[in-house]
Amino acid sequence: MPNEELLRIENLHAWYGESHILHGMELTVREGEVITLLGRNGSGRTTTLKAILGLVGRRTGSIRLHGTEVIDMPTHRIAHVGRLGYCPEERGIFASLNVDENLELPPVLAKGGMSVDEIYRMFPNLKERRASQGSKLSGGEQQMLAIARILRTGATLLLLDEITEGLAPVILKSLGKVIHDLREQGFTIVLVEQNFRFAAPLADRHYVIEHGRVVECIEAAELEAKQEQLNRHLSV
Amino acid sequence: MSMTVVLSQALLGLNVGVFYAMLSLGLAVIFGLLNIINFAHGAMYMLGAFIALIGYSFIERWFGISMEIGFWPSLILAPLLVGALGILIERTMLQRLYKLDHIYGLLLTFGITLILQGLFANYFNVSGTPYPGQPESLSGVVNLGFMYFPTYRLFAIVFSLVVCFATWYFIEHTKLGSRLRAGVENPELTQAFGLNVPLMITLTFGFGCGLAGLAGVLAAPIYSVSPLMGADLIIVVFAVVVIGGMGSIMGAILSGLALGLVEGLTKVIYPPAASTVIFFLMVLVLLFRPAGLFGKEK
Repeated sequence: MPNEELLRIENLHAWYGESHILHGMELTVREGEVITLLGRNGSGRTTTLKAILGLVGRRTGSIRLHGTEVIDMPTHRIAHVGRLGYCPEERGIFASLNVDENLELPPVLAKGGMSVDEIYRMFPNLKERRASQGSKLSGGEQQMLAIARILRTGATLLLLDEITEGLAPVILKSLGKVIHDLREQGFTIVLVEQNFRFAAPLADRHYVIEHGRVVECIEAAELEAKQEQLNRHLSV
Repeated sequence: MSMTVVLSQALLGLNVGVFYAMLSLGLAVIFGLLNIINFAHGAMYMLGAFIALIGYSFIERWFGISMEIGFWPSLILAPLLVGALGILIERTMLQRLYKLDHIYGLLLTFGITLILQGLFANYFNVSGTPYPGQPESLSGVVNLGFMYFPTYRLFAIVFSLVVCFATWYFIEHTKLGSRLRAGVENPELTQAFGLNVPLMITLTFGFGCGLAGLAGVLAAPIYSVSPLMGADLIIVVFAVVVIGGMGSIMGAILSGLALGLVEGLTKVIYPPAASTVIFFLMVLVLLFRPAGLFGKEK
């Protein structure tokens, strides 16, 4: 029996002011899956995540989280309905809050989140810096914190935007392990990723996005066969 | 001049300073969170004082009910009523202006100030009505060694300091406070995490107004209650906030206290300058440290 659909997006359009960014996005994520949104800069991948959370100017179409329509819902309720954890592209570490406060900021959405102790076991270097202001952390530490804080909330569906951007290879490796572990633990993950080599071994399915819609959907098993198409779309 | 004179003027200055601190704290909280320059803050202070006065002296005269709301109940009731009015103003009016320039919020709150002042000037003496409700337990004087100081004023100082530092502690050191700070820094992301930022903003505005109302009740037994009492004070309080640094909580408290002291001591050294010394300092701060003494440069 297939797993429950956690996220289903149909005919999603989104605007920032006058500019029309998403033109009929369609995608489905089932429980326990890891999917990626691939595409060039400006193709609408980040906007897709923001549109799910209601952080765009206007959106139409349908976004269902756990079967509940959220297209007209105010932003602060969406995380609760979808048990969503969001890690934005710019990481969104609060400079005026210290590490502990950043960690404890997102409200608990459901039971089953990690405790602060468990999180510090997973990210030991954050523990050493728990009293530091968010602004004093290195890029890698900020990225770890941005992921760590949504694990506390009991979120089951993680929206991770460009988490590898600007990180050193050694940190990439440990980040890859973190995502791998989360997947093993049953988290459902939507990755917006520029670094295809990072994302390829982690994901069940890849959506290629161009001009605000899905132009190709590639299952992990078809990856080799469709590599050429993929390269053309990403023009790497 | 004797040390006693200096100390007693300093204490009187501190007494004024705690009112500056409480009002500029409310302004700083509102500005820091909402980016709104709440010109109606002085009117909220005036309203707090009038609620205490009406509760004590006018219920029987106006409504024919033999009832008297004393100082202590007013100390709770007035901030709640003023806070509720603040919430009403935020929900029905200010909320529509957030996407526009700051100046619109300022104009709106300035208009509200004029309306409230006009309303009260219509029914009350503009030159002031004394508040007779000072509690018996706070009458008389305390011997501080170097001077006799009115008990009530001492109470006002201590009470205001407790309120100011409790507010600071709440914002800087509690979980709810960290949510407020997060909501200021990045409202979108804070909402995406599932926190109701618009509600936080409404409550904060109500809290800031309530703080002004509380200051009004505290001021009622000291100064006479007049429709213009807020207008006289608010200009100085704006200068205090500018000196402390817009949006800085601790900056608002400390500069409020310090400037009250400076004003008090100027009265000893060169009395004619007492009412302008704060504005002189404001000009200096704006010239040499535009973000204020405690503010962060942007």
